[in-house]
Amino acid sequence: MGSVITVRDLRMRYGSKDVLTGVDFDIDAGEVVCLLGPNGAGKTTTIEILEGFRMRSAGEVDVLGEDPARGSEDWRARVGVVLQSWRDHPRWTPRRLLAQLGSYYEPYGTAERPKPYDAEQLLETVGLAPSADAKIVTLSGGQRRRLDVAIGIIGRPDLLFLDEPTAGFDPQARREFHDLIRRLSRTENTTILLTTHDLDEAERLASRVLMLAGGRIVADDSVEGLAHRIEGETTVKWRLGGESFAESVSDPTRFARELFARHGEAVRDLDIRRASLEDAYLALVQEHESGHGDAAARMFKEATT
Amino acid sequence: MKGWYAVRIGARRGLTEFGQSVRSTQDQGFYLFTALLAVGYLFLRRNADIEGTDLSFASVTLPSILGLLIAFGVVIGPAYALAMEREDGTLLRHKAIPHGLTGYFTGQMVFQSLSLVPQLVVILVPSFLLFDDLMADPSGWFTVVWVVLLGLAATMPIGMVIGALVPNSQKVGSWGMLPVMTLAGISGIFYPIQQLWGWVEVVAQIFPMYWLGLGMRSAFLPDEAAALEVGGSWRTLETVGVLGVWAVIGAVITPIVLRRMARRQSGSAVEAGREAATQWVR
Repeated sequence: MGSVITVRDLRMRYGSKDVLTGVDFDIDAGEVVCLLGPNGAGKTTTIEILEGFRMRSAGEVDVLGEDPARGSEDWRARVGVVLQSWRDHPRWTPRRLLAQLGSYYEPYGTAERPKPYDAEQLLETVGLAPSADAKIVTLSGGQRRRLDVAIGIIGRPDLLFLDEPTAGFDPQARREFHDLIRRLSRTENTTILLTTHDLDEAERLASRVLMLAGGRIVADDSVEGLAHRIEGETTVKWRLGGESFAESVSDPTRFARELFARHGEAVRDLDIRRASLEDAYLALVQEHESGHGDAAARMFKEATT
Repeated sequence: MKGWYAVRIGARRGLTEFGQSVRSTQDQGFYLFTALLAVGYLFLRRNADIEGTDLSFASVTLPSILGLLIAFGVVIGPAYALAMEREDGTLLRHKAIPHGLTGYFTGQMVFQSLSLVPQLVVILVPSFLLFDDLMADPSGWFTVVWVVLLGLAATMPIGMVIGALVPNSQKVGSWGMLPVMTLAGISGIFYPIQQLWGWVEVVAQIFPMYWLGLGMRSAFLPDEAAALEVGGSWRTLETVGVLGVWAVIGAVITPIVLRRMARRQSGSAVEAGREAATQWVR
């Protein structure tokens, strides 16, 4: 399948501040891609440019065959955007609002891809059926976000954008949301691009991670791939006769075996720790937040290549 | 045009919003409050007559008050709705949907226009029960209809433009309410416009509010009452002319301003609005 999103040398500048300094990536049909990066790295800017909500300073962007800055209404009908609501449509009910917003997609349906989704079924899917007739103002934060998702996908999009979709979720709502996204990707083959600053979320959802830092993509790989690249040395710690030891080794399994062979049961408090992707990411975030975005990006790039 | 179906969806949206509004105790309270003020004002002066005529104070003032409420409702209503719904993400939701903005603005116009119906009913019904001789000639109702429709077309764009330009919903008071109140004060609603300084009289006649009031008086009052007006005439042609010009200007400018507003909408703009709204003290 072909490319759904192509981004070449995308640049964004606000006043004298460069937020994006040359972003390149491709996303293929059916992929679930996570744009991961610290707060302020330019994730929202990037996704808003792709959504057609924001004008870029320079670079080439192609989304579903069109430039989002001049996206047609036909193009709009193929793109879903999950927005974060906070108090819109307070007097509407989820059922009424979904039916109303869904009706805009009717002329765009085809025999093999009818649009919009059936509102009732969608309410069931996102778990909103019990509160389908409650006023939206009375919904809890988690229910509201599920409604956001339902509105984002009511038009049965080919491509779905989600910006920090689980910000403010409790762990339960978060898990349910992840299930929903995976189901959507599996059953509809929807291409999904989401942003997050949470590595764990990226790991759970994404088939591929684009790491954004210092205004560009510093890593583009699966989470396992990234983890694999970053795992070099492993630290082994142990205690022997009241003394502590630590050593960096490349084959921890063999090292431990030899340790036991030599000292037997005298070895205490064995601790084997791999350099993890999480450590590397946390270091990146920390550097970024202390204002060294560029340095952080370079460091991360070196660690992963 | 492919987007025409969205006008139909928008009209349905406006109807739904209207239905939700008349069922909401908040909006019912607002209608009753304005009715109480207006009818109460007329009732307190129920025995007064207009000097030099045999017209009652109520019969002369009621049409002016109706004109004021129409102008007030369709300027402040859309101004507040647009500013608010831009902040809370309603507008952005429609921007993310094919032809959604067409539907949204249609819905807004339908809803704001329909909102006038309960507003007028709650004042007209008690007024007709309490006061005599309000409508000189039943044919005046026909005039009421065209004056209301033309007045709507002339004033609603002003509200939409204010709503599109105002930086945030908290500023609708100073950007919308204040100018409308000032205009109401000089538009011959509460006292004849001729009592004001000459230049104020001219300024008032540039804006649609005066003509809305005049048109309403011409609908309700007997022909003799025209003697009280500027030039001793209802100036029907001038009323149609001024309101018509405002309507045409509005029809040209409003879509441009609304498009500009919509273009600047994004998720981060909504997020910024949310933060600004939760930060009342600055």
